[in-house]
Amino acid sequence: MATPIFESIQSQLGSLATASSVSHGTLVVEIAPAALSGLVQTLKSACKFDMLLDVTAIDWPGRQPRFDVVWHFYSTTHRVRVRVKARVPESDPVVDSLTQHYGSAAFQERECHEMYGIRFNGNADLRPLLLYEGFVGYPLRKDYPKLGEQPLVPYREGFDIADRAGV
Amino acid sequence: MSAAHPTIPISPAGGKSAAFEYLTTKKDELCGWARKFSLFPYPFVTACCAMEFMSVSSTPYDTDRFGAALPRFSPRQSDLLMVVGTVTHKQAPILLKVYEQMCEPKWVMAFGVCATSGGFYQNYAALAGIDRVIPVDVYIPGCPPRPETVIDGIMQLQDKIARQKHIILTKDF
Repeated sequence: MATPIFESIQSQLGSLATASSVSHGTLVVEIAPAALSGLVQTLKSACKFDMLLDVTAIDWPGRQPRFDVVWHFYSTTHRVRVRVKARVPESDPVVDSLTQHYGSAAFQERECHEMYGIRFNGNADLRPLLLYEGFVGYPLRKDYPKLGEQPLVPYREGFDIADRAGV
Repeated sequence: MSAAHPTIPISPAGGKSAAFEYLTTKKDELCGWARKFSLFPYPFVTACCAMEFMSVSSTPYDTDRFGAALPRFSPRQSDLLMVVGTVTHKQAPILLKVYEQMCEPKWVMAFGVCATSGGFYQNYAALAGIDRVIPVDVYIPGCPPRPETVIDGIMQLQDKIARQKHIILTKDF
């Protein structure tokens, strides 16, 4: 159904994408992090993808580069979704912020930043959103310990964080 | 009224009152009896257990039968803290603050498994039971607990209140 639209999008994106395919009815576009800004401009203006649905990341422990940063866009004109993926290394997990293009990116990038430690160049406000100030580490990374609690209130006598280690 | 069935006269007869003037009881029993039927709950409601809380406090189950229906939305006016739902580490300081603002005597009810033990949450975000932060008097299991379970919890708390020592002036009285 959406294939002709996808083909026209693919041709408009041209060489900006390193690979593209269709997965479960969604166009998947892989890009180099540096190409993000140009690709998003094309997506938004030429291809009419006017909604940013989601900014998240995937941790692939052991893979180099370790992280996928994933964006989902929706076009209210074509009524199709596109997924954009960029690989970033653990040593320098930086991509450009999309706050210039989509206002909704600001909060979603904050969440992605606190959960995965991805930095978004150009997002001026990367304070913790769901977590709290002083939280150490990135809880949605695969190497964050399952019982890595960081309580804000000291536990009452008889309770120890280590109690749950054997659970 | 025949002489075979004497009654207690309501008005003084013969200049001396025969009406009800005193009874004997224990201070703790009297206080416990009074306090167990005048629980003013403060609902600290954070999650989906709230639906069961609404159900149990509304007409079909009617916690007013136990004197525990009227929620006070200031912790300073309440004596039963009902922690209804998951408490996260981010929220634990708020829970502690609410608890500390309550006047004595005060009791705490952990409503549902999340408040009791963290339930199925075992991660960076959830507090594994509110008893790590504040003392708890009665734990109610269930995800969410059925209203009957909550009522049973209230009745167990009432028994506990009836049996406990009620300090009024000093630790000896």
